Amino acid sequence: MTLHLILLAIALTGVSGLLALLVPRAHGARVATATLLVGATAGAAGAVLALRGEAVRRAWPWAVPGGALSFRVDGLAAMFLLQIFVIAALGAIYGVGYFSDEQQPQHARKVRAFYGLTTAGMSLLVASANAVLFLVGWEVMALAAFMLVSTDDEDPVARHAGLVYLLSTRVGTLCLIAYFALLRSVTGSFSLDVAALDAARPVSTALFALALAAFGLKAGVMPLHIWLPGAHANAPSHVSALMSGVLIKMGIYGIVRAVSLFVAPPVWWGGLVLSLGIASAVLGVLFAIGQHDLKRLLAYHSVENIGIILMGLGVAMLGRAFGDETLFVLGAAGALLHTWNHGIFKALLFLSAGSAVHAAGTREIDRLGGLSKKMPATAGAFAVGAIAICGLPPLNGFVSELLVYLGLARACAATPGPLFAAGAIGAPALALVGALAVACFVKAYGAVFLGEPRTEAARHVHESGPAMLGPMATLAVLCVLIGVGPVLVAPALDRALVSIGGSGAPVRSAAPLSLLTWIGAPLLFVIAIGVIWAYRRRVASRAQPTWDCGYAAGTARMQYTSSSFAEIIVGLFSTVLRPERSAPKIDALFPAASHFHSHVPEVVLDRAIAPTFRVTGRALASLRWMQRGSVHLYVVYVFAALVLALLVFR
Amino acid sequence: MSTVDTALHVALTLVAPPMLLGVVNKTKAAFAGRVGPPLLQPYYDLARLSRKGMVFSSTTTWVFVAGPVVALVTTLAAAVLVPFGARGAALSFAGDMILFAYLFGLGRFFTVAAALDTGSAFEGMGGAREATFSVLAEPALFLGLMVLVRLSGTSSLSTMLGPGLAHHWGVMGASLVMVVASFVVVLLVESSRVPFDDPNTHLELTMIHEVMVLDHSGPLFGVVLYGAAMKLFVLGALVVRLVLPMDTAHAWSDWGLFALGMIGLSIGIGVVESVMARLRMRQVPNLLVGACLLSAFGIVLLAR
Repeated sequence: MTLHLILLAIALTGVSGLLALLVPRAHGARVATATLLVGATAGAAGAVLALRGEAVRRAWPWAVPGGALSFRVDGLAAMFLLQIFVIAALGAIYGVGYFSDEQQPQHARKVRAFYGLTTAGMSLLVASANAVLFLVGWEVMALAAFMLVSTDDEDPVARHAGLVYLLSTRVGTLCLIAYFALLRSVTGSFSLDVAALDAARPVSTALFALALAAFGLKAGVMPLHIWLPGAHANAPSHVSALMSGVLIKMGIYGIVRAVSLFVAPPVWWGGLVLSLGIASAVLGVLFAIGQHDLKRLLAYHSVENIGIILMGLGVAMLGRAFGDETLFVLGAAGALLHTWNHGIFKALLFLSAGSAVHAAGTREIDRLGGLSKKMPATAGAFAVGAIAICGLPPLNGFVSELLVYLGLARACAATPGPLFAAGAIGAPALALVGALAVACFVKAYGAVFLGEPRTEAARHVHESGPAMLGPMATLAVLCVLIGVGPVLVAPALDRALVSIGGSGAPVRSAAPLSLLTWIGAPLLFVIAIGVIWAYRRRVASRAQPTWDCGYAAGTARMQYTSSSFAEIIVGLFSTVLRPERSAPKIDALFPAASHFHSHVPEVVLDRAIAPTFRVTGRALASLRWMQRGSVHLYVVYVFAALVLALLVFR
Repeated sequence: MSTVDTALHVALTLVAPPMLLGVVNKTKAAFAGRVGPPLLQPYYDLARLSRKGMVFSSTTTWVFVAGPVVALVTTLAAAVLVPFGARGAALSFAGDMILFAYLFGLGRFFTVAAALDTGSAFEGMGGAREATFSVLAEPALFLGLMVLVRLSGTSSLSTMLGPGLAHHWGVMGASLVMVVASFVVVLLVESSRVPFDDPNTHLELTMIHEVMVLDHSGPLFGVVLYGAAMKLFVLGALVVRLVLPMDTAHAWSDWGLFALGMIGLSIGIGVVESVMARLRMRQVPNLLVGACLLSAFGIVLLAR
């Protein structure tokens, strides 16, 4: 039953948009959305069943070499499946209002078709227990997502973002193929449902490195995140929500699966994952602060949150390496819960940012402002998402960060050695990330929604319709629900931990989850009472213009912008961020009108990857003759390579 | 801890904070050779503000009134988690130190958002400074907390600062001295005192906290002042317990020792404000990074 529901969901979501191409245009949106919603509901039901029962395994023969239609839905897979179906469904509903045929006659049908395919590809790869089947799901997801990223293909910026994404995902797939080939040489089959491997063999290290590269590229781990900011910023907002909320988590799913193949990973694996996590988290949020494109800012926060997830995973691996079960539970539960939480609040942020961008017509934070008066619901949704992503109590982000913190504190209290170092470095780093996130989101929220509108476009906005607000409200409620009642998700976490080698020790025994309800609920209640009291006093009071220290001619352009808010922090970390400024030089008595411009570029892409590509391109110029741009020729190359491989490796 | 202790804990949190400001002001007056305002002047100020009307900027939304309220409520919630002297906290559990730090984060989010809500360049400037300096203060706080985690083996404030603390002073005093120094810096920056911020200044360009609340008036401004005093009290309690780790074994002498410690701390703050000038804004990050490094050294000393 469980598996049938999920297979039905994969089929229905996959064909949802294609089905719509067969019916008249006027009904396309309805058919596609309805099909996807039915599929997603079935899939979510299946995932919930799987989280309540035993792991489901089923295999059918498949006439593909090495392939088998073999599926496995255990606790871990079910957690990821539930996230995929819930967020894909909410995004599809949002898309009805945000990306309709009337507004986007050129693109709406295309986006719906590939949106469904991306969803189906992701759920297929999560449910599969065979490497070939996994690759099929992976490629459907990756290529359909490329079409979504380059939706707006008349725009050269969007085309470039799509190209960078395509190249990254190709490299990732290459690593993935190498990983599966190596795995097969170790286990003797393409089955992914294998017994524990020995981590001490040298080949295990190669497996770990390949998995980290392949899945790290998809997850957007620093410094493999280069595709992520452009892709998330240029895709339609409900697609960004799907990509940031779910698609990059497929990388996390892959890393978790790859690591849990091994009984006792060496200490340095855990240390490496933790270090990558710290680097991603700190650098991700630092780059986010420098952005003035609202969706790019959110994209860099995905890098940050992937970092936090990896920190949890690193703690869990260290716990495994040192045989500390509680440490494993704290780290793994923190990582998996943060995967859910990030999916929820980041989707919420992208949807509410999309609503604001849709209304005002620009993604430039410094051209927005004051939106909350005309769009109170969107502003409220963004505020909930912002508080949640900063990891502040009593919302869901706090719960998962608390689990990671508890793990780091436990590591710090251990005997001196790698564990102690991990805790002593990790916890303050996470605190730094938290404080930077607060600075970044209070800046984004304040500059976009508070104050006075900075442009005419921002002044004449309208609140979005129910199709867009409904999904946002649902996600906001989820943020509060998990934050105030984390025990609700504890059983799911327990089930997932067992499927990756946990001994069955419940999360509730390792962390004070039920206490958070007794703190969070009164806190929300007292704050609500206080704000209502103060607001009633306000309504009864006089209103005046803002007191600008006696200055009578203040304009909206004199407000602190997001760039000015971030200026000190960007300056403090300028060695890493390399901000570019073009300031006017005033040398005459009556200088002409001038412009000031500041920008934080994508340092890794601009300064490392792109130059490397240029140099490599020049060095390989003599092989140019092979690239004729003719498909026939490339098929010949593939065939020749295949024959050669069969001759060499038979 | 007993019901009496809990009641006393909450009562002190609610009643005592403005008194600290009174002691600070008296100390500064003594240094300046003045009589100074009465010790209870902060209470009179709050009473006066509570009777006044309010004026609101027409630019603002509900966020503007939420700022002071959330700051006060989160500080109150954090106060419940901090042990006052040897008597322990009203509520303690594994990981309460993280909730403690993040509650202040929630308060900061709304304080800064309320400042940005007015659309005033001055208040935006104050908000940017508040957010920036806390970015450096937060790691300093957590590095210090990690020293205590390491010594006590728990992540609960009541145990970290509990009966074992006096023993740790004997064994690892050097680390704890650095943590105290670093926490004092965090205390001063988080509660906007000299040398980071001057609560008495009237030059908007140089202020941090005061410049964020320029538009608040009447009872709501009273909430701002009361919340700020309570924040000083709660963070101060952390420092006082670290410096006075002894347990007298009697409830009343424990409470007395704590009260003496808090008065001593206020006098100390008053002395600092009397003998030092406010730092230039660009030097503030240096001092905060110094505080981080101090705590980091404290941890390194324990790595054996």
